[in-house]
Amino acid sequence: MSPTADRAMPAFDIDTLISDAHVGVVVCCGSGGVGKTTTAAALALRAAEAGRRVVVLTIDPARRLAQSLGLSELDNTPRPVQGIDAAAGGTLDAMMLDMKRTFDDVVEAHATPEKAAQILANPFYQAVSSSFAGTQEYMAMEKLGQLRAQAERTGQWDLIVVDTPPSRSALDFLDAPKRLGSFLDGRFIRLLSAPAKASGRAYLKVFSVGVNLATNTLGKILGGQMLTDVQTFVAALDTMFGGFRERADVTYALLKEDATAFVVVAAPERDALREAAYFVDRLGEERMPLAGLVVNRIQAVPAGALSAARALAAAEQLAEGSDQGSGGQAASATVELLRLHAALATTADRQRAQVSRFAAGHPGIPVVEVPAAATDIHDLQGLRSIGVALAG
Amino acid sequence: MPSPALARSLTDARLHVVTGKGGTGKTTVAAALALALAAQGRRVLLAEVEGRQGISQAFDVPPLGDDEVRLVTDPSGGELWGLSVDAKPALMEYLQTFYKLGRAGAALEKVGAIDFATTIAPGVRDVLLIGKVYEATGRTDGARRGQGRLVYDSVVLDAPPTGRVVRFLNVNHEVADIARVGPIRGQAESITRMLRDRSTLVHIVTLLEEMPVQESVDAIAELTAHRFGVGAVIVNLEREALLSAATRAALDDPALEERVRADLTAARVRASGPVVRGLLAEAEDHVERLLLEDEMRAEIRSQDVPVLHLPALPGGVDGGGLSVLAQALTEQGVR
Repeated sequence: MSPTADRAMPAFDIDTLISDAHVGVVVCCGSGGVGKTTTAAALALRAAEAGRRVVVLTIDPARRLAQSLGLSELDNTPRPVQGIDAAAGGTLDAMMLDMKRTFDDVVEAHATPEKAAQILANPFYQAVSSSFAGTQEYMAMEKLGQLRAQAERTGQWDLIVVDTPPSRSALDFLDAPKRLGSFLDGRFIRLLSAPAKASGRAYLKVFSVGVNLATNTLGKILGGQMLTDVQTFVAALDTMFGGFRERADVTYALLKEDATAFVVVAAPERDALREAAYFVDRLGEERMPLAGLVVNRIQAVPAGALSAARALAAAEQLAEGSDQGSGGQAASATVELLRLHAALATTADRQRAQVSRFAAGHPGIPVVEVPAAATDIHDLQGLRSIGVALAG
Repeated sequence: MPSPALARSLTDARLHVVTGKGGTGKTTVAAALALALAAQGRRVLLAEVEGRQGISQAFDVPPLGDDEVRLVTDPSGGELWGLSVDAKPALMEYLQTFYKLGRAGAALEKVGAIDFATTIAPGVRDVLLIGKVYEATGRTDGARRGQGRLVYDSVVLDAPPTGRVVRFLNVNHEVADIARVGPIRGQAESITRMLRDRSTLVHIVTLLEEMPVQESVDAIAELTAHRFGVGAVIVNLEREALLSAATRAALDDPALEERVRADLTAARVRASGPVVRGLLAEAEDHVERLLLEDEMRAEIRSQDVPVLHLPALPGGVDGGGLSVLAQALTEQGVR
């Protein structure tokens, strides 16, 4: 049964998405390990070979896939991908996100050189920019904003394809930037730097008792050094306040535009599809444009016309026949092929049931299934074959 | 058959940290490991730290909170308990234990300091999460830590994925940069001592695919460099070789197609062209995958770490699947 046969599950046609000149940003989301990066790269390649001028932002590509895209250099800048078919007039640039460097760039763009140097040297900044759990998402969002601005300025790209960080949850891509933004602009961090600025006069006296109690306690627990670092960081960053949250808000708004399309990626397993369902629901709440669901790694069953049960029954029958000496050697190969087929068909049935369950809960969402490749994808030819599967 | 290396390392292990690349099924494997230990009569705690509610889903129970909940009671007398560790209550509990902060706790919450410490302050969140696991691992029924009987015989931690696990476990280093003195530093040091001694093992879940294997190899090197004990590589969703060597060889024989057609007809299956060719294509695909798996298995074996194997279950892990996996671990010598 193909997805098109199921009325709850219209077919997701990636070629319509790609050829829609109105669509300028495609965001690929999903939980870790479902093949987001491969999907993003395959989609970008197919769009470029169909004539779009594409830039693809990858977050954490497999080593050999990165090499095939020419991403051996980690310089945080898009580079042309060699070896694409440019007959239709398209181009493909690719880049890999360097989150610390992107953060540094933001600081340097918004502070005087002396102040920027001060911030970059601050231990607390270094910790936040390299290890805070939301930094990668925030910086992916930031980079998307930058690429979009560059595309508008220079006209070099008409489609930006974004892969999202390998978060535990796909929702992190939407939530983490806000968390980091509101932390950096937030009340507590301001209180640390200048309590009087943040609170009204009448409120001040009562409130600052709480603040002092809080900072003293935190100082005791964390050690005073950390708070001092935070305070210096905040003081140095003062000119940029408002900036962080505002930038996150601007990019967030970009995600709501019609020119953006979300492609949710999943594997045909309970957990991955549950994450996909959360994400789809969230996009609906936020009125963000969902193009469709890609389900990767579907078990391909070329002899699909034969059911698992029928194959097993036939295998039994042939095996009995060989025991009695009539079938002999030849039948044993067929018995094995039938048993293999039964196992594959059972897996495929289970996967299809998982996908159908998703579709029942989310009727009308276009779905495309991509068969599992026998081996890993690590060249343009492999990406092209994924592209063909994505086109249904 | 348990390998001697595995048996040796498992003897002293009380805390099993389970990591793996996203999508390899580390939560399922952690659950199966915990279940295997409980089925041998132990009292086991299975803890998660990423708020995913993976445990409650694996065992089909309501979402877990701050309280430890009994998931399974085994006829052997073993028990399996579940816990979803959240940083905020862990910090509150910590403050209560060490500072008896009634009012200050509320004040901290009010000004956003709790959010700050639990979500932003680098490393602090991890100290709190591991701190709770440390507390549970060492918890006794006596009046103080170290007195009386241990409450849990084993603790299994569904840890962050391979890409983040060393940073997560290396709390001491993370905190050293930001908190040079003070109780959280002291706490971090005790935790690190436990994580580095023989009672803690880090197991890495992988699939026989290129990226997960590469990440596992990298993780082994990184964990070893940071002096964490690597327990076993657990190969999940391993395919059974369903074709004999003779059949594999026969795939190259052009006459096979005709033989299969004849056999199918004899078994009264409609031997259409697509079905016959489809069966052969499935077999070729299967052989190609098995070759890749062999290559990946060799790569893992070259790491000199005990390897455990879990089969791909055609029906998935729903229903009794978890027990089948637990049984497989026990049969391979997990004690």
